Amino acid sequence: MKPAIIEPIFQSQSRINQDVADLPPSGIRRFFDLAANTPGVISLGVGEPDFATPWHISEAGIHALEMGQTSYTSNSGMPRLREEVSAYFERIHHCRYDPAGELLITIGGSEGLDLSFRALLNPGEEAIIVDPSFVSYAPLAILAGGKAIRIPTTAENGFVPRREHLEKALSPRTKILVVNYPNNPTGATLTMENVEEIADFVLRSDLILVSDEIYLPLSYETKGISFTSIPELREQLVLLHGFSKAWAMTGWRLGIAAGPRDIIAAMTKIHQYSIMCASSLAQIAAIEALKNGADEVERMRREYDARRRFIASHFNRLGLDCFIPKGAFYVFPSIRRTGLSSEEFALRLLEDERVAVVPGTAFGECGEGHIRCSYATSLEEIREAINHIEHFLTKNHPEIVSESLPLPYREEKAEH
Amino acid sequence: MPLQNKILEALERDARLSPADIAVMVEADEETVKEEIHRMEKEGIILGYKAHINPERREAQKVACLIEVSVQPERGHGFDKIAERIYNYPEVQSVFLVSGGYDLLVVIEGKTMRDIANFVIEKLSILPNVRSTASHFLLKKYKELGTVLVQYPERERIPVSP
Ligand SMILES: Cc1ncc(COP(=O)(O)O)c(C=O)c1O
Repeated sequence: MKPAIIEPIFQSQSRINQDVADLPPSGIRRFFDLAANTPGVISLGVGEPDFATPWHISEAGIHALEMGQTSYTSNSGMPRLREEVSAYFERIHHCRYDPAGELLITIGGSEGLDLSFRALLNPGEEAIIVDPSFVSYAPLAILAGGKAIRIPTTAENGFVPRREHLEKALSPRTKILVVNYPNNPTGATLTMENVEEIADFVLRSDLILVSDEIYLPLSYETKGISFTSIPELREQLVLLHGFSKAWAMTGWRLGIAAGPRDIIAAMTKIHQYSIMCASSLAQIAAIEALKNGADEVERMRREYDARRRFIASHFNRLGLDCFIPKGAFYVFPSIRRTGLSSEEFALRLLEDERVAVVPGTAFGECGEGHIRCSYATSLEEIREAINHIEHFLTKNHPEIVSESLPLPYREEKAEH
Repeated sequence: MPLQNKILEALERDARLSPADIAVMVEADEETVKEEIHRMEKEGIILGYKAHINPERREAQKVACLIEVSVQPERGHGFDKIAERIYNYPEVQSVFLVSGGYDLLVVIEGKTMRDIANFVIEKLSILPNVRSTASHFLLKKYKELGTVLVQYPERERIPVSP
C-alpha cells in the first residue's frame, strides 16, 4: 500500500514549546565556544573555584562509594545531612531551620532556584530580578510560567537596588524578589542597612524574598550578612545555599533550600517527582564538609582574599575602574573609558591577547560597560592575564593606563 | 594577624610578588613592606628565594638517600656538635634530630649511588660518635614542600562558566 502523503499542517509552527523557543540563548554560551576554541587561553571567565574539593570531603565520598552507599535517599535529603545543615545555620547565622520540614537538599543551588519559581509563580505572576545578575534567574522564572521584571543597579549604588526602582517594579502580579549577595557577577555585598531596607520593602509589599546566599561564606573584611538576620522576614524568605562555591564542590551538584514549611513542602513535591533525591554520595560528602570543612573553607577564603586585592588594584591601575569586592570571587571593572562595548572589549581581548573574560551584558543590560573577571584562578594566571590586558590597553588606549599601583585601598569598615 | 605574618604568607604563596603587590594584598604601604622584608632578610627570618624545582622532571637527575644515624651524644653538647660535623658537608641537604629508634635523619644528594656510598663509608660512619647508620635510597618523590610532584591528569575546568 502506498503511504498516504501527510501534509505538514503546522509547518511554520515549531514543535518546541513556545516559551523555550523564545528564550534567548545564554550570552555566556557564545563566549564559552569562542574561548574553548582559543588554544592557550588564559581564562578569567570561570565561575567556579580553582581548588579541587578538599581531600577529606572527597575521601568521605570515596568511602561511601566503597561501602556501597549508592541507594536513593529520603526525598528531602538524608536526615543526617539535614541535621548538619540545620546545625550549620544555627552556628553561623543563629537561625533555626527544622531538619524535618524546613530544609530541602537540592541538585545544586540551581535546582533550588528552579523549584522556588515553580512552587511560587502562577502563570503571569512576576519575579523582580536585579540587573545585572546570575544568568539563570530570569529564564527560570519564565520557564516556570512567570515573568521576569528587571530592575537596574549601577556601580554608583554598589550594585544594590534602590528603593525607588523596587517600588516602580511593583504590580498587582508581583510575587517574588530575587536577590543574590555576595553577588555574581559584580562581587557586591550588602550592609546591614541595605538588608533592612530590602526586608522592609518585601514585608510592606507582601512579597516572597528568594535570597541566593551561595557565596556568603566567601565574604571578606566583614562577616557576610544573611537575610535570616531579620526574624520578621522568616515566613517570607526562601534561602538558597549550596556546596559548589565555598566548599569547592561544583561537580558534586549539591544545594540547600531553607524556608517556611508550606513553601518547602511545595518545592519538595516537585523535587520528589522530577528528581527523587540528590546524589547519595554527594550527600555523604557534604556531611563531612559541614562537620569538618571549616578550616579548608577558611584556607580557600584567605587565598581569594589576597587575590581580590591584587586583581582589583591592578584593574584600577590600568584605568578599568572597579571597587574592591567584599564577597564572592568576581571583580566587575568598568571598561567605559576604552569606548568599547562590553562585547567588543571581551572579543578583542580574546582575539588579540587570548584572555577570556565575560562581557557584563551576559548578566543583563545594566552589565553594559563592564566585564566580569573571576579571581578563582591562581595568582600566577591572574598576573599573566593582567600583563596581557596591560599590553592590550597600552597598545590601544595608552591614555587610560597609569604606571603605579594605587595606594592601598582603605575604607571605613562597613558597620554591621 | 601581624604584618610580618601577612607578608610571609604572601611570599610563601609566590616569592616573586613585588613589594607593591604585597602592599596591596596586606593593606600596608609599599615602603613599610620593603622595610619589613629587608628586616626579615637581615634577621634570617627570610633565608632566600629559591626556585622550587621538580626533581622528577629535570634533566640532570640526582640520587638522594635518607640515612638514619644513631650517635653517642656528647657531654655538654648533646647532639649539636655531631650534627654540625655532618651538616657542614655540602652534599648533605638536611639534618634532623628525631625521636624514636635512631637520632639523626640525614638527607643527602649525589650524582650517583657511588657518591652516596662513599659518603656513608668514608665520611659518615667513621665519625667517632656515630654508632650505626641505615641508608634508604629514595626511589620516588610524590610530594615535596606541599606540592605534588608526580604527573596526574590536569583538572579540567571549562574556560567560561556562569
Ligand atoms: C549566584 C549563583 N547562584 C547559583 C549558582 C548555582 O550553583 P550550583 O547549582 O552549582 O549550586 C551559581 C553558580 O554559578 C551562582 O553564581
